[in-house]
Amino acid sequence: MLAYIIRRVAQSILVLFVVGLVAFSMFRFVGDPIDNMLGQERTQSDVERLRTELGLDQPFPVQYYRFLEQAVQGNFGLSYRQGRPVSEILLERLPATLELATVSGILALVGGIGLGIFTAIRRRGTAANVIMTLSLVGVSLPTFLIGILLIYVFSVELGWLPSFGRGEVTWIGGWSTGFLTESGLKALILPAITLGLYQMTLIMRLVRTEMLEVLRMDYVRFARARGIKERAINFRHALKNTLVPVITITGLQLGSIIAFAIITETVFQWPGVGLLFINAIQFVDIPVMAAYLMLISVMFVGINLIVDMLYFAIDPRLRVDRTAGGH
Amino acid sequence: MSEVQTEAKVRPGRLARAWDSDLAYSFRHTPVAVVSAVVVSILILAAVFAPLVAPHNPFDPATLNLMNGFTPPGQPNQFTQDYFLLGTDDQGRDVFSTILYGMRISLFVGFAAVMLAMVIGVLLGLLAGYLGGWTETVIMRIADIQLTFPAILVAMLIFGIAKGITPPEYRDQMAIWVLILAIGLSDWVQFARVVRGATLVEKNREYVQAARLIGRSPFSIMLRHILPNVLNPVLVIATISLALAIIAEATLSFLGVGAPPTKPSLGTLIRIGQEFMFSGEWWILFFPAVTLLALALSINLLGDWLRDALNPKLR
Amino acid sequence: MSTPVLSVRDLVVEIPTRRGVLRPVNQVSYDIHAGEILGVVGESGAGKSMTGNAVIGLLDRPARIVSGEVLLGGEPVHQLKGERLRKLRGRKMGMIFQDPLTSLNPLLTVGEQLTETITEHLDVGQSEARRRAIAALDEVGIPAASQRIGSYPHEFSGGMRQRVVIALALCAEPDLVIADEPTTALDVSVQAQIVALLKRLCREKGVAVMLVTHDMGVIAEAADRVAVMYAGRLAELGPVREVITNARHPYTAGLMASTPLASRGQKRLRQIPGAMPRLDNLPAGCAFHPRCDRAEAACRQDPPPSLSACDGRAACWFPLTDKTKATA
Repeated sequence: MLAYIIRRVAQSILVLFVVGLVAFSMFRFVGDPIDNMLGQERTQSDVERLRTELGLDQPFPVQYYRFLEQAVQGNFGLSYRQGRPVSEILLERLPATLELATVSGILALVGGIGLGIFTAIRRRGTAANVIMTLSLVGVSLPTFLIGILLIYVFSVELGWLPSFGRGEVTWIGGWSTGFLTESGLKALILPAITLGLYQMTLIMRLVRTEMLEVLRMDYVRFARARGIKERAINFRHALKNTLVPVITITGLQLGSIIAFAIITETVFQWPGVGLLFINAIQFVDIPVMAAYLMLISVMFVGINLIVDMLYFAIDPRLRVDRTAGGH
Repeated sequence: MSEVQTEAKVRPGRLARAWDSDLAYSFRHTPVAVVSAVVVSILILAAVFAPLVAPHNPFDPATLNLMNGFTPPGQPNQFTQDYFLLGTDDQGRDVFSTILYGMRISLFVGFAAVMLAMVIGVLLGLLAGYLGGWTETVIMRIADIQLTFPAILVAMLIFGIAKGITPPEYRDQMAIWVLILAIGLSDWVQFARVVRGATLVEKNREYVQAARLIGRSPFSIMLRHILPNVLNPVLVIATISLALAIIAEATLSFLGVGAPPTKPSLGTLIRIGQEFMFSGEWWILFFPAVTLLALALSINLLGDWLRDALNPKLR
Repeated sequence: MSTPVLSVRDLVVEIPTRRGVLRPVNQVSYDIHAGEILGVVGESGAGKSMTGNAVIGLLDRPARIVSGEVLLGGEPVHQLKGERLRKLRGRKMGMIFQDPLTSLNPLLTVGEQLTETITEHLDVGQSEARRRAIAALDEVGIPAASQRIGSYPHEFSGGMRQRVVIALALCAEPDLVIADEPTTALDVSVQAQIVALLKRLCREKGVAVMLVTHDMGVIAEAADRVAVMYAGRLAELGPVREVITNARHPYTAGLMASTPLASRGQKRLRQIPGAMPRLDNLPAGCAFHPRCDRAEAACRQDPPPSLSACDGRAACWFPLTDKTKATA
């Protein structure tokens, strides 16, 4: 087990190392950092001086090492566009994204797993078929269209909920929260549904497929042949076995909520890191892009690690010494 | 299965056999698949023949009349008495025509991106599976790392980097190609994984061993013996990827990091239309959105049916 | 004679398919008494497993029983559904599956799976269920049963797992056990142990056992009577010694001639020419006639007679008798 954990951690570090390389290459090769910093009026000596100052005359590995050293300390330099430290801008915006992602994630998990089990058990029922058909519409409906649809119905036509922004926020230390005010909560509803709905349909379809797969297994047949109650077969025998593969992909889905937040934040002008990233792409603000990339990678890798640890809690076969996945 | 039976009798023509195949049978007996296929065909034909079908050329400034701006659908313009089926936008462009031309770009980007992803994925998958060893480790590690990140994020990143590299004056021109590259590169992993898995299985089959023994080159073995065996799953993935690619393109364009307003795709049109949602000109947003949904949904439904039909185990 | 534990009467199972209706089980009748092992033998696709599944009500859609009846202790069970069928499974009839690797839930300990079954059917508390679970494991020959009860299936070897499966099938004390190829997935060295175990439990507990297998060796070793199936029909039914040494149906005779066990002393094994026809492509008349050297016009036109036409032994128009055997 310890060997397994060490291997997973090593793998995570490798991922971060590669992502760091990508981020660094962006700095180094996309546009000329000297151009970006000095603007039009410059002398050759200015260029030389800055080149030495930034270490751009050093060999590539040395530069990469320095970049990583800085990145670990959270230093990504100044935003080309705003002229402020990137880490400061990111930290200011992070709470908005995290709150949105958390609410959406809970919505997607609870709804997705619940509906997935339901549609698998009642797979020939009318309700299950209606849900399955709707879910296919859900998968085909791009996130931004869901957002626009919700805005049209609940903001434009009914006027119940705000169509943009976070409402009133309260500051607790360095953290801005929208959970404590009525307008903050109201503003959260539409974006959270928009972001959660797509993930929910994916999780639901996945749970259903896996559950149906498990329900075809010999041990489920054997449990049936022993006269075990359907309820116990579904929830004791099948669900537990379904969870192993579901957790993997669901973990990844939760990670992608943070990425898909980019779209939702754009539709609702939600002041989070996703909106920041999109603006950065539009204006080719490389430091912000690179920092966002590193931030989101750390989150993904962290989620993946947690998911891997969860396996041990569920699958006894892994607790012995087999290190490969459940299948 | 069906081949055994038809061979016994007089061999019918290729077309008749195709009609009699299990796949065709399943198709004819799945109304959803038939309807989706019809919708997809109509949309693709309309897009391909857009210059013939569209009543206006929305990108020819000479035919535009600002007086025609904001004409609601299905009624004549109050100044010019011109009639537009789905209304006009703020510039007086016919919405129906912009949709046809927009769909052209959406479909072109979608198909091209999937082709790119398929070629890269199948090639790398074959190499990884057949050669194994060091090649396999590198390819699959890269795939794993990329899979850690959602495709749309990878596409955005590639788009951002490519945008940074291209000089500003070429950016609009290059946008479509950058989109194809970004979406294609973000989507090859699925293909590679499936093809590698199937290759590993086929590689050890006796007929492949036999082909090796008689001195066939690895390249021809991969092409002639292994590739045909992985076509079914590749086809299913390609169909589902097409829907995903079209949605990805629309999303990027909607976010303003895709097709530019001078060459609007469906996503760009929705981005433009969104501005008029609050002021009541709903049709500028509504019709492109419905078209995009119809396109994505019917391709998804086809892909769903195909997966079930080619993989009866999952029934 | 007492009421048989299981009585199958003219059972017909059909599968509607696109290319016509298949009959994997066609007019099958037999009885099994308490303490008796009936071996059901045949090639794959002959309908032997399908018969077992039909008895316990585990046919997969779209397969279904269209006619005939299944009597368990004299009570018809073939029309039962839902709760009433579930209460019989495990309690009145148990089933043993082919592959012990896949028939145990990997995420539950064997103790959990045993007590779950016991408390489901018998009116006992948790501690009594646990005691019985240990006893059940002990009975099937699992050493240190009280310690192994907390183990997960993957911690047992293949043979031990099959013992656990047998314990599970028997723990609620059913009257009938259907063993579907219980030894096929096991190592040869373990097979004999499992057969011996089944035989012992059958005798000690007075359970009726339906032993489905394609292995004549297993049948000869364990069964009291044997039913030979061919293309969905019962070809021959009789006491195991009789059938092995004195087959009446030409198919059985061919089967015995091709089995090393029954044809000892012969120099070479003989084989039956051809292969069993597929269910969607059955010949008219007796399904065996294209491969039968005794076939005549009647065999090509009419389906074979019922077993009763030949002393309840063989479904054949021209069964082998001792006289014909001597000249063959």
